[in-house]
Amino acid sequence: MIVQFICRAILLGTPLLYGSTGEIVTEKSGHLNLGIPGIMYVGAISGVVGSFLYENACGNDIANMSAILAILIPLLCTIIGASLMGLIYSFLTVTLHANQNVTGLALTTFGVGLGNFLGASLINITKSELPSIALTKTSSFFATKLPFADKLGWVGELLFSHDFLTYFAIIIAIIVAFVLNKTRVGLNLRAVGENPATADAAGINVTKYRYVSTCIGSAIAGLGGLQYVFAYASGVWSNNAFGDRGWMAIALVIFALWKPSMAIIGSFLFGALCNANNYIQGLGTETQELFKMLPYVVTIIVLVITSMRKKREHQPPASLGINYFREER
Amino acid sequence: MAKNIKTHSEPLFRIVKRDELSPLKAWLIRIATIVIAFLLVGILSMIVSKKDFGQTYQIMFRGVFGRVFEGKPAMLWKYLQEIAILLSLALALTPAFKMKFWNCGAEGQALIGGLASIYCMIEFGDKLPYGVLILVIAVTSILAGAIWGIIPAIFKAIFNTNETLFTLMMNYIATQIIAYYVYVEGGGSNVINPVKAGNFPSVAGNDYFVNIIIVAVITVLMYIYLKYSKQGYEISVVGESQNTARYVGINVKKVIIRTMIISGALCGVTGMLLVAGTDHSINTNLVGGQGFTAILMSWLGQFNPFIMAIMTALVVFLRIGVAKVADTAYLNSSFSEIMVGLVILMLVGCEFFIQYSIKFRKNKKEDKA
Amino acid sequence: MNKQPAIEFKNITKRFGKVVANKNVNLTAYRGEILSVLGENGSGKTTLMNMISGIYFPDEGQIFIDGKEVVIASPKDAFDYKIGMIHQHFKLVDVFSAAENIVLGIEDGKYNLKNSTEEIKKITSQYGFELVPDKKIYTMSVSEKQTVEIIKVLYRGADILILDEPTAVLTPQETEKLFNVLRRMRDNGKCIIIITHKLHEVLSLSDRVAVLRKGEYVGTVNTKETNESQLTEMMVGKKISLNIQRSEPKNTVERLKINNLICKNREGANVLENVSFTAKSGEILGIAGIAGSGQRELLEAIAGLQHLASGEITYIDPKTNEEENLRDKTPLQIREMGVRLSFVPEDRLGMGLVGNMDIVDNMMLRSYRKGKSMFLERKQPKNLAEDIISRLEVVTPSANTPVRRLSGGNVQKVLVGREIAAAPTVLMAAYPVRGLDINSSYTIYNLLNEQKENGVAVIFVGEDLDVLLELCDRILVIGSGRVTGIVDARNTTKEEVGLLMTKSQEEGKENNNG
Repeated sequence: MIVQFICRAILLGTPLLYGSTGEIVTEKSGHLNLGIPGIMYVGAISGVVGSFLYENACGNDIANMSAILAILIPLLCTIIGASLMGLIYSFLTVTLHANQNVTGLALTTFGVGLGNFLGASLINITKSELPSIALTKTSSFFATKLPFADKLGWVGELLFSHDFLTYFAIIIAIIVAFVLNKTRVGLNLRAVGENPATADAAGINVTKYRYVSTCIGSAIAGLGGLQYVFAYASGVWSNNAFGDRGWMAIALVIFALWKPSMAIIGSFLFGALCNANNYIQGLGTETQELFKMLPYVVTIIVLVITSMRKKREHQPPASLGINYFREER
Repeated sequence: MAKNIKTHSEPLFRIVKRDELSPLKAWLIRIATIVIAFLLVGILSMIVSKKDFGQTYQIMFRGVFGRVFEGKPAMLWKYLQEIAILLSLALALTPAFKMKFWNCGAEGQALIGGLASIYCMIEFGDKLPYGVLILVIAVTSILAGAIWGIIPAIFKAIFNTNETLFTLMMNYIATQIIAYYVYVEGGGSNVINPVKAGNFPSVAGNDYFVNIIIVAVITVLMYIYLKYSKQGYEISVVGESQNTARYVGINVKKVIIRTMIISGALCGVTGMLLVAGTDHSINTNLVGGQGFTAILMSWLGQFNPFIMAIMTALVVFLRIGVAKVADTAYLNSSFSEIMVGLVILMLVGCEFFIQYSIKFRKNKKEDKA
Repeated sequence: MNKQPAIEFKNITKRFGKVVANKNVNLTAYRGEILSVLGENGSGKTTLMNMISGIYFPDEGQIFIDGKEVVIASPKDAFDYKIGMIHQHFKLVDVFSAAENIVLGIEDGKYNLKNSTEEIKKITSQYGFELVPDKKIYTMSVSEKQTVEIIKVLYRGADILILDEPTAVLTPQETEKLFNVLRRMRDNGKCIIIITHKLHEVLSLSDRVAVLRKGEYVGTVNTKETNESQLTEMMVGKKISLNIQRSEPKNTVERLKINNLICKNREGANVLENVSFTAKSGEILGIAGIAGSGQRELLEAIAGLQHLASGEITYIDPKTNEEENLRDKTPLQIREMGVRLSFVPEDRLGMGLVGNMDIVDNMMLRSYRKGKSMFLERKQPKNLAEDIISRLEVVTPSANTPVRRLSGGNVQKVLVGREIAAAPTVLMAAYPVRGLDINSSYTIYNLLNEQKENGVAVIFVGEDLDVLLELCDRILVIGSGRVTGIVDARNTTKEEVGLLMTKSQEEGKENNNG
């Protein structure tokens, strides 16, 4: 029961981990991307479209599908779709110096609209009775587990029973942490987010760093959408089901103090909270609705507590949210 | 000392900050962007709906204005009503934005306002005379919205807590409360049937008339408040620089909280307009994500309520018109969301051309020693 | 001496919108020399140098390095030509260590902070710097930060060094130390360019002086063959006497008593420690100290903007002679008590004024509350704005122009004009002439003197010791948040004040000066 609860928490937390790792990468360059919810949504639908086309191309028969392609096609589609969204954001904010908050929010409107439109169109094509589209075949490839997980009892279930995208999320978070703290690229990126004028004077290409980190961050966040559809929802897409996960991912960045390692812990914790209402005995449907508030209330508490800390190392990148123009006087 | 140095060439173009562009020219750029955006939307709609250019726009205009020239203004009223709702949210957010407080919680503040309305309608509908009932509805909705606004404001004022995410989370909490209420009140059916009591009166056979008038009045009042009142002035100072505000003795905390009470209260009014003036019922989708669109409207309106009204009219036109085009082509109406997002992104981008200009590389002159 | 030209400007022009910052500038700097670029604030010195460091790009003209025409489109290009600039506002990342800042942006194979640290230590010992490579920038003093900046460019192997107003934040002793380092670099064959507006530094340090005036190149002279008045004339364009008319203080009475102030910063460290002094009516009390020694906190504490851990601030009412406690009062409460305290803060557009508002709306900042009406009254502020514009000769298109579009000197006139219009009994001004040209500076000095003669207690925080000695009656010296001495401005020297400025810093740090 507890093992199951934790596994479920990890499953639910993984999209948040992708989202917050992606947002950390972006914020470290000084850009507050409020378009993340839209980007994750587009990431998800891109994967769905890719897998839909591949399943159709294989005549909807699992026997014709290659495991590698079934995973690779949606993966690539997601990365491309999400990066393109990141590109739009960086073009507007970096090159055109547009207000970051407004651009992000507009991008979220745009992304959610795009996701719903494509989703509804696919549902239309399948002439499905339900307002959803099921890509369970592709999902079965994503859900492949490590072979020895079953043999190790509850330890195996706890540590080795997850889908590969979950491990991938943790690996990405660790790589991001390493790059940020131990490499020259990371040093340069942090400098760009802290003080772009200084980075510029030191010969770092601020524009390039901001573009690349926003696009990479968006691609990582997009994978969260993919994981949600194919691992959590078993390949079933329905409009708006993704919900508020994008916003929670942004909130997690603050909780994690801009550290990917903290984001790992934070996202699984949030996963647990999102799920708590299902594991508390004897709740009626109406109280369940109230219990669903829990993650939001906790997010608020986390926001308040983090804002009370004043230590220098715990502050956001100093130029977060501010566009840079070299010839500014 | 000659070293192996790469030859550097002058960049192809450079970005240069402009002198202040005259307001007229700035607006010409914006209007040009709007025109281009409308053409683009038309072309895209044309492509997906497989109609010709003229038809597409005809459907759009029909979709928005209906048969108003044949003496059937029902669609026009509906259009004005939708403008009124979106505009009232944008107006509500404006004082907060002017103070640089990113109130992303219009959705939740309006939902809670709506909840207060429906609660009063159901609980007191048969107990109070009509006039008193309306008064009670108004007061409770405004209070409810204000409370939802004041909570993040207090934490912002004291701890400088990130208000963007705080207000966002308050939206979801509001949604869950509504979900709970609807479940309980609807007896597990997740639907509350329209309530008859406490509805706004229809004027000249029109249900939306009162809503539209209320929002029109708020528009004018907001303009005066921001431009001519002392409180409006304080909001500008706090928004421009909190240090300056402290230096001249403005109580920054008080201004933040006071402004968010106004912002939340006005969102509460919108909730009331939606419940008592429109739906006579409530569900979690009451505001339908307009809280976010309103943020963009407020920003596009540049703190001027009248410009905001025009921008809102344009966006609502697109929303209804494009949805109609998509509808006639059996496409999902989310297509209009994409188009609204696209147009806003273009308008956001066009500000660049107002503030900066691009200089291209000149051909090198080889004279002058 | 066979001099090789290191860098040459030919007909350089740079515009910002309608403003011409540099116009047809021609200039040559040689290897093995120190060239001063002299000019008033706003004469385009920094803009010119920013064009060889890759921050700005010239609109017209050519730049030659070692005789070859070059295009410098970015700071990276500048490094490739071995040009290093030390900016007046340090370009350092606060949360990074010194070593991280120094290696930032260099692409030299594998990233290894340890090896780099060794390299840094070599440079520091070669030129006689003191630096802890692991120290975080935000814990450093200004002179330490400057050291990091200099090592940063040396580490990149720069042999053309540009220093923008390097002494503005240093004590006389630190300045001398820096000059010795620069001379040593010159003797190594480097080309050193220093940007300054201080004449005596030019004369003591440089080999040649290039003068700019209003963006135009006036000429270059050999330091040995010139003197202060010639340089001044070149710089300002006319003969002016640079004397401040200081009158003897009359009818001085105690107006403000400060007793044992202690003020803490965010991290809990003391920024003000047991500060006590008295400000008297009819006199100018100068405050000298290294930048960031607590001057800002002190003035803000008096103005009611800083929370105090302990201490007393007492105001003596000129009419009733009653003592009134100002501690823990907000600026509004202070005004409501009838205390006419005016304050010209250091950060003009970030605190004293609102950049995006016009002059009229900025005039009401202090007075908009007047009256019971809920609406604003703009008639009086408009009259005041027009009065200040004509009396102080503010150059502006109209009273409805946003102040951020005015030049630095005009912004300051608007701010000082407003503060003086309130008929203060105490007037505090923090660095009121920073960034101003000579004429505007003297306008401000005269205004302060006028206030003093009217019986106002004036507190003046300055950075230029020469001005402090000429303008003030008494000088309070502050070092690391402590009062290290109060001296009579008429009977002291720059060196004495300079020593007091560093007095409370660690003892025994003043050795190994080569």
